[in-house]
Parts: sequence; structure tokens; C-alpha cells
Amino acid sequence: MAKLNLSGVEKAYGEVKVLKDINLDIKSGELIVFVGPSGCGKSTLLRMIAGLEKITGGDFTIDGVRMNEVPPSERGIAMVFQSYALYPHMTVRENMSFALKLAKKPQAEINAAVEKAARILQLTPYLERLPKALSGGQRQRVAIGRAIVRDPKVYLFDEPLSNLDAALRVATRIEIAQLKEAMPDSTMIYVTHDQVEAMTLASRIVVLAGGGISQVGTPLELYERPENEFVAQFIGSPSMNLMPGEIVETGAQTRIRLENGGEAVAAIPTQASDKGLKVNLGVRPEDLVPTEGTALYTGQVEITEALGEVTLLYFRKEGDRQVVAKLPGIHRDLRHGTVRLTADPSKIHLFSNGRSLLYR
Amino acid sequence: MHPAFQAVLTIVVGVGGCIGYFYFANLVLDKVLFPARGPQAGRNINRANMIRPWLFLLPALIALGLYLAYPVFATLWLSLHDKTGETFVGGANYAQMMTEAKFWESMRSNALWLVVVPAASTAFGLLAAQLTDRIWWGSIAKSLIFMPMAISFVGASVIWKLIYDVRPAGTDQIGILNAVYLALGGDAPQQWLQIPFWNNFFLMAVLVWIQSGFAMVILSAALRGVPEDTIEAAILDGANPFQIFFKIKVPQIMGTIIVVWTTITIVVLKVFDIVRAMTNGQWESQVLANYMYDKLFTASDWGVGSAAAMVIMALVTPILVWNVYNARKEMR
Ligand SMILES: Nc1ncnc2c1ncn2[C@@H]1O[C@H](COP(=O)(O)OP(=O)(O)O)[C@@H](O)[C@H]1O
Ligand SMILES: [Mg+2]
Repeated sequence: MAKLNLSGVEKAYGEVKVLKDINLDIKSGELIVFVGPSGCGKSTLLRMIAGLEKITGGDFTIDGVRMNEVPPSERGIAMVFQSYALYPHMTVRENMSFALKLAKKPQAEINAAVEKAARILQLTPYLERLPKALSGGQRQRVAIGRAIVRDPKVYLFDEPLSNLDAALRVATRIEIAQLKEAMPDSTMIYVTHDQVEAMTLASRIVVLAGGGISQVGTPLELYERPENEFVAQFIGSPSMNLMPGEIVETGAQTRIRLENGGEAVAAIPTQASDKGLKVNLGVRPEDLVPTEGTALYTGQVEITEALGEVTLLYFRKEGDRQVVAKLPGIHRDLRHGTVRLTADPSKIHLFSNGRSLLYR
Repeated sequence: MHPAFQAVLTIVVGVGGCIGYFYFANLVLDKVLFPARGPQAGRNINRANMIRPWLFLLPALIALGLYLAYPVFATLWLSLHDKTGETFVGGANYAQMMTEAKFWESMRSNALWLVVVPAASTAFGLLAAQLTDRIWWGSIAKSLIFMPMAISFVGASVIWKLIYDVRPAGTDQIGILNAVYLALGGDAPQQWLQIPFWNNFFLMAVLVWIQSGFAMVILSAALRGVPEDTIEAAILDGANPFQIFFKIKVPQIMGTIIVVWTTITIVVLKVFDIVRAMTNGQWESQVLANYMYDKLFTASDWGVGSAAAMVIMALVTPILVWNVYNARKEMR
């Protein structure tokens, strides 16, 4: 049970500001995911919350208490590191009980807490082993167990799955989701650069880019109503197609003429003054459908990737933009063929100067 | 010939000789013995490659055999013969040694050295490594602490003799220990190196002073190798700086600590120059190596002297084996 609040938080290394003006409210029991490209400051923000990095500006509170100067061990947080950071010279049991021993908890209580965590994480048979005798997945679970035994108010995860292989990553992701369900009251902050992890785990996602917050919202909000081109392209795979064009008809619905010669209608209201506005039209590969009528895009398919339930069509590049479409079923025969595509007006996004027209 | 010129000539002949040996031996192997042509070309290449490592190792093997293996056996042989190495006496030299008070005094001092010096050097080295880790003038401090490593044991002994120096009461003390002692209220200047038993520790101080720098450099590198995130995890777990040091860092570098410890132990068992230069084993400060030297070169008793050498070797060997074993384990 803990609410977190960041207001105007910033981080500077000397002259260089890596994070600026971070404002964020985290409710009790939420699983917040920080997502963003490598180097955007996710770890730095998490480590400032943990107390491992100094907060160089703004305020950070937990349950209304200012935490900026509180030492890490007194913040009621526990952290799971990307590299697991297990103590190599201690057994699994010793690793998990270290914090409780330092807190001078009675031995019986320590044993109970460790054994309970070990049961939840299926680590009981390995309690007396050293970390080096464990597999990657088991080490990861020990790292999580070390956090659980402390019964923290806030759990922090820094890319906990990135050192696991693909199959294990999916399995552990589901375990973390179940763990969260079993502990509905604990607040969790989870850092990843993988948007699939973000979409599947988060109650809310914080997209970080360029040293600031790009958008905060539920996974569906981010997918359906991205605030800007960065979020639009970052969430979803393959990423959203962007095509330059201009508004030719305004009203409850908006008609756009694209530079590639296509035309589209978006279910986004615009005013008369918007006529002639240069926009980027965004449409997700999965929202493109073949049409015989007015197309928003007509192109020659260069490569097809049949994934079974869907086929990805990669169109011949014009300039540096590549258009990708995702059609249900198998369509190998479309290779080298010309395809006309359109999309439902409700699936079309419009961006002017990088910002969505939905959020004006 | 001028000695400097002689030295340069030696270096040129030595290095040139090495290069020449490897070049021409290789050439003979490839062109004359097993040429890579004709009907047997493939087989010849394989054979040449089998012989090549031994060819290159040969000079080192000969040198090691001549300067290391031969002396060991010669010493063993001498230790079983009389003063002049002429008649076989069996274990008589060892038996005689056992009856000598000076031998047991050496054994006792060596045992003391063995306990104190490696422990103190490693502890100081570890302390210095940790304290200099995160400060901007850390590397300056480290260079200063490491400096004594560059001084010969005899040179160090001369420096420390000045520290322990004694002037008649009433005159200015140039030895800093006496100066401090008097300043702190001591009544008369002390002959530090002539106080039985305690003088051992004054001698040990010299070796600790030298070896701490060595321990510090190795341990400092080991401390750097402790993963930063295990330390951060410990901070989050609520460990204070002492607990982080003793419960997280030290256990993780324990292998290196053992290697440093045993390496210094071996130096200690061979300690000679310091004792020779400062007390020459008088006032109950004799050590095995100096005892050996006295027997061998002062008393010209090749038998007992060699027997003492064998005792030192017998003591060093197990520690050396353990040291190498641990060092290998560290490298894996
Ligand atoms: N100690 C430091 N000094 C200077 N810059 C740093 C330091 N640590 C991190 N940075 C910079 O801060 C930015 C954010 O780093 P980080 O939070 O690790 O990114 P992420 O976890 O999102 O990949 C990076 O551009 C990095 O270069
Ligand atoms: Mg990171």
C-alpha cells in the first residue's frame, strides 16, 4: 500500500540533464511500466526512486512523505536488478534472509518468510545452493524472492527479463503478472525497453523519451489514442505507418489527401481553419485492409512474411518510409503484386508537428 | 672495458642470441628437417608443428633444469655429507641442527614472522585499498604506499635503522621512534633492536611496510571487480558501510586475499636481508635463512647449511602449492 508522487523531478549529471520535469502520480496497487528506447533514462528514474541516485531537482514522495533525502533502506522499497545482483558467496537462503538478518528479525520469523517466498517461487529445493549452481531463470526468481521476503511497499524491477532466453522470458512474464495478482496491494514499478512486456503487464504505461514523459496511460489508451508520433510508433509491432498529406475537408470527419496520391477519411473532428493543414496520417499495419474503392495507399509488395495467422506485406520503399501491412491469413501470392489499401476512419490517426490532433 | 659498455654488450648478445636461436631453429625445422614439399609435405607439416613447441621451450627447460632442479638435488646431497662435502654422514647434520638453540630460536622467530607479517600486510593492504578507492587523491596515496616495493630489502633496512636509531641520553635523537618515545614521556632512549623478543616485531615492521603496497595493489584491483550491483543490493537491504565491506566485498574477494596472503607467507619464510642488515640474528632475532647463511658462509659448514636450506624448502613447498592452486582457481 503506497502512493508515489513525482513532481518536477529532474536528474543532471554535471551540466547534462538526462531527465527533466517528470510529473507522475502512482496510485496504490498499480503496476506502472516505464518504457522507452535504450538510454532514455528509465533506469535512472527508477534508481532515483530507489535512492541509489541523487534526485537533483523536484520532489519525490511516498504516501505524502518527502523521500529525496531518505536513505534507500528506509524507503520501504525493494529492487530486482537486471543482472539479478545475487550475493555470489551466499546460498539462496542466505541471499533471501540477508535484509531480515540486518534488520535483526527473529530467526523463526526469517525462516518463515524465506520458506514462504521459496514456496511461491518454487525455489524450495534450491534453498541451500549457491547462485552459481542455478539456471538463469532460477537466479531471477531468487532475486524476486529477495524482494518478496522484505514485504516492501513498493517493488522496483529494472529490466528483469532481459537476460533470459525468449521462452523463459514469456514464462517469467506470466509469473510476474500472477505475482502481482497475488499481491494486489503492493505497488510495482517495472522498467523495460520491450513494448510487449509493457503492454501485457502494465496497469499504466509511462513512455519516456528525450529526457521527459511522452505519454502516460493504460496500454489500450496508448495503443488507440497515442498522443504523439513517438508513442504511436513505439507501441505496436510492426510500428505504425506514417504518411504525409494535407487536410482537404473538415468537419465531424476529416478528409485527407496524401502526397502518395491516396485519400482517406478520419473520424477526427476538425474546424474549418484546419483546411490545408499539413499532417502525418498514421495507420497501424493491422488496420490496413485491401479495397477496390478509394485507396489511401497503393503499392507494390516487395516481401511477404507469412507468420501463420497473419501475413506481413512490406511495400517497396519510396524515400525513407516503408509501409507495412498486416493481413489475416496467408497471402504469399501477393508478392510483387500491386495492392490497394484503405482503413476504417476510426482507425486513422492524424499528427500535426508530431502531436496528435485528438489532444489539441 | 667500461662496465656500462659491458652491460649493453651483454644485453645485445643475450637478446640477439635468443632471437637468433628461435629464428634459426625454426628455419632448420621447416626447411631442412621437415620441409613442406615433396610427397610427404602434409605429414612433414604436422611433425614440424609437433616438435615446434618443444624447440621453443628448450632454452627455458635447460635454464630451469640447470639453475633450479640441479641446485635442489645438489643441496640435498650436500645436506647428507659433512662440512666439506666429502664423506657421507646420513642425518647427522639434521640431528646436530636439532640440538642447537639458535636453530630453535630461528624456527620460533620464523613462526612469529609467519603469523604476523602476512596478516598485517594483508590487513593494511586491504584497508588502504578500500580507503583509497573513491577519493580523488586515491591514486597518489596508492603510489606512495606502493613505493617501498621498489626499494631493496637492504635499502629498506637502512631507512628503518635510522628510524630505530639511538643517540646517548641528553643529545638530540635522530631516530624518530626514540624522539617520539621521549616526547611522549619515555625516560631514556631505547635500543629498540636489542630488546629480545620485541625486536622481532621491529624487524617485521620493515617487511610489512614493504609488502602492504603489494597487497594493496592486488586487493584494490579485486575490490574494483566486485560487481557494483551487489553493493547496491546490499545498500537497499539496509547494510551499513562496515557490513557492506565485511559481508559483501571481503567474501567476494576471499580467493584473492588468500593468494596475497600465501604469496607474502612465502616471502616471509625466505626473509633474510632485513635480519642480516639490521641485527644479524643477534639478541634472539635469528631467522632460518640467516641461520643458513651463517652456517654456510661464516662457519663454512656446507653440511648443516644445506640441511637448513632443505628445512626452509620443506616449509615453503606446501604453501607454494596451495598458493598456485588458489591462484589458478581465481583465474577461472
Ligand atoms: N553516471 C552518469 N554520468 C553521466 N551520464 C549518465 C550516467 N549514468 C547514466 N547516464 C546517462 O543517462 C542516460 C540514461 O541512462 P539510463 O537511465 O541507464 O537509460 P535506460 O535505462 O533508459 O537505458 C543515458 O544517456 C546515460 O548516458
Ligand atoms: Mg537501463
